[in-house]
Amino acid sequence: MTTVVNGVNVQALLDAREALKGAPEAAQFTWRASSTWQNGVHSRTTIQNFFGLGQEQSHKTEAVFDADHPEVFAAEDNGITPIEYLLVGLASCLTAGVASVAQNRGIQLRSVEATVEGAHDIRGILGVDSDVRNGFNDIKVTFTIDADASRQDIEALVAQSQKRSAVFDALTNPTDVTVEVA
Amino acid sequence: MTMGEVIEFIERFAKVSDAPVRTGVDVTSVRRAGDGYHVTTSGGEIRCRTVVIASGACNRPTVPPFGDAVPASVEQLTPFDYRGPDGLPDGGVLVVGASATGVQLAAELRRSGRPVTLSAGEQVRLPRTYRGRDVLWWMDASGLWDQRYDEVDDLTRARRLPSPQLVGAPERTTLDLNALMSMGVEPVGRWAAVRDGRALFSGGLRNVFSLADLKMNRLLDTFDEWARTHGRDAEVAPPERFAPTRVPESTRLRLDLRGGEIAAIVWATGFRPDYGWLDVPVVDEKGRLRHEGGVVDSPGLYALGLPVLRRRKSTFIYGIEDDAREVVDHLARHLAVRP
Repeated sequence: MTTVVNGVNVQALLDAREALKGAPEAAQFTWRASSTWQNGVHSRTTIQNFFGLGQEQSHKTEAVFDADHPEVFAAEDNGITPIEYLLVGLASCLTAGVASVAQNRGIQLRSVEATVEGAHDIRGILGVDSDVRNGFNDIKVTFTIDADASRQDIEALVAQSQKRSAVFDALTNPTDVTVEVA
Repeated sequence: MTMGEVIEFIERFAKVSDAPVRTGVDVTSVRRAGDGYHVTTSGGEIRCRTVVIASGACNRPTVPPFGDAVPASVEQLTPFDYRGPDGLPDGGVLVVGASATGVQLAAELRRSGRPVTLSAGEQVRLPRTYRGRDVLWWMDASGLWDQRYDEVDDLTRARRLPSPQLVGAPERTTLDLNALMSMGVEPVGRWAAVRDGRALFSGGLRNVFSLADLKMNRLLDTFDEWARTHGRDAEVAPPERFAPTRVPESTRLRLDLRGGEIAAIVWATGFRPDYGWLDVPVVDEKGRLRHEGGVVDSPGLYALGLPVLRRRKSTFIYGIEDDAREVVDHLARHLAVRP
């Protein structure tokens, strides 16, 4: 049997799954982001620390994300729009899932590409029509995958990746959100 | 088999086995006593060295906690309360769950003329017949039913598998989501929450359908493979594949439960066992019995008839036979050792 190398340490994930079965408290993570208003609709969000496995954790480096609106919205376009960050999250989460599931199923991947389209009627956020929602009306993800597997197996990879995706769940199911003033 | 035939079968078995069957007796407590057990029942006390728990996995219907947030104007029923469409208030019905119970109740309610919405999470799609034979024939003949608990990849998952979308009707019709949609049942995603009197459904219905289609096709592939390699192709019809589950252009993500559209909710969201009477610490934090192939973690205590107890067929009346033989072997060895 040839060794499949997709770069995912599946054994570590399976070990973690086993270890956390008996320790649900260690499985409680808190992800954090801090944002600072720049000017106009431009903001800068930084992410470095998070909590998990019972203690404070840190990414190797701080990541910085600029969000703004495009020029067609009469803004300076210093970064992508906030709602586009949701597409970043969805694409990267599903792709990570495809790689992990492929590794676990012994499928060698050669390339995985995804395009994500979110249909958005901006009359909602502009308050033109109260029947139009603010968020996406729908999102479509299209994967193009080259791998040592049948089409059916590739479809199963993509389906399983959705089933175990944090961002897919966060977008398809309601989440209780609290926003308050400190 | 019809209900009457099943009753007759069990009565005949009681007669043939000549076991002292006591009907209409509730067991209220089983606790360890000496080298055996003390059983308290509504018909007196029993001392015994061994106990076989065969009370099944479906003693209580499960209802998600947000059922409490459903407005009082909507009547809520579980399969234990449901007797037929006539027992429900006039109006639309939201059936929650698309396993065997949910699809059958949705079909029956729709046939009675009511508008029916079906909230569907993960599901097991199966055709009633495949290549001219009942799908259960394939399960049995191909050896799938005999697959042992120690051969299954993910036993926890296998034991939690929803019941397949099958109905035991004489016409042998398939009752999958496509059939229900053709009848006019409206599918929505898994019910996730109630907010401000509105039911909120998952937008992930498409993937739930994909998973069900993929798994069904994988199963049919294994049937075809088995028929080919075992020289059975000639006795069955040629391989067939079924249309993928039709995904509606868009599904509703919200349903106002106060608006009068939904008069009743039928929770077909599964069942769980009830071990409230079992005063032996062998139940895990999720309310499941801790056992290894029916040998419970307390000497002399055994279980039969639970999902994938020892085989995939463990919950079937005919499927229990092999399990019973092995569990009773163990039980007999236990009895043979005098304390």
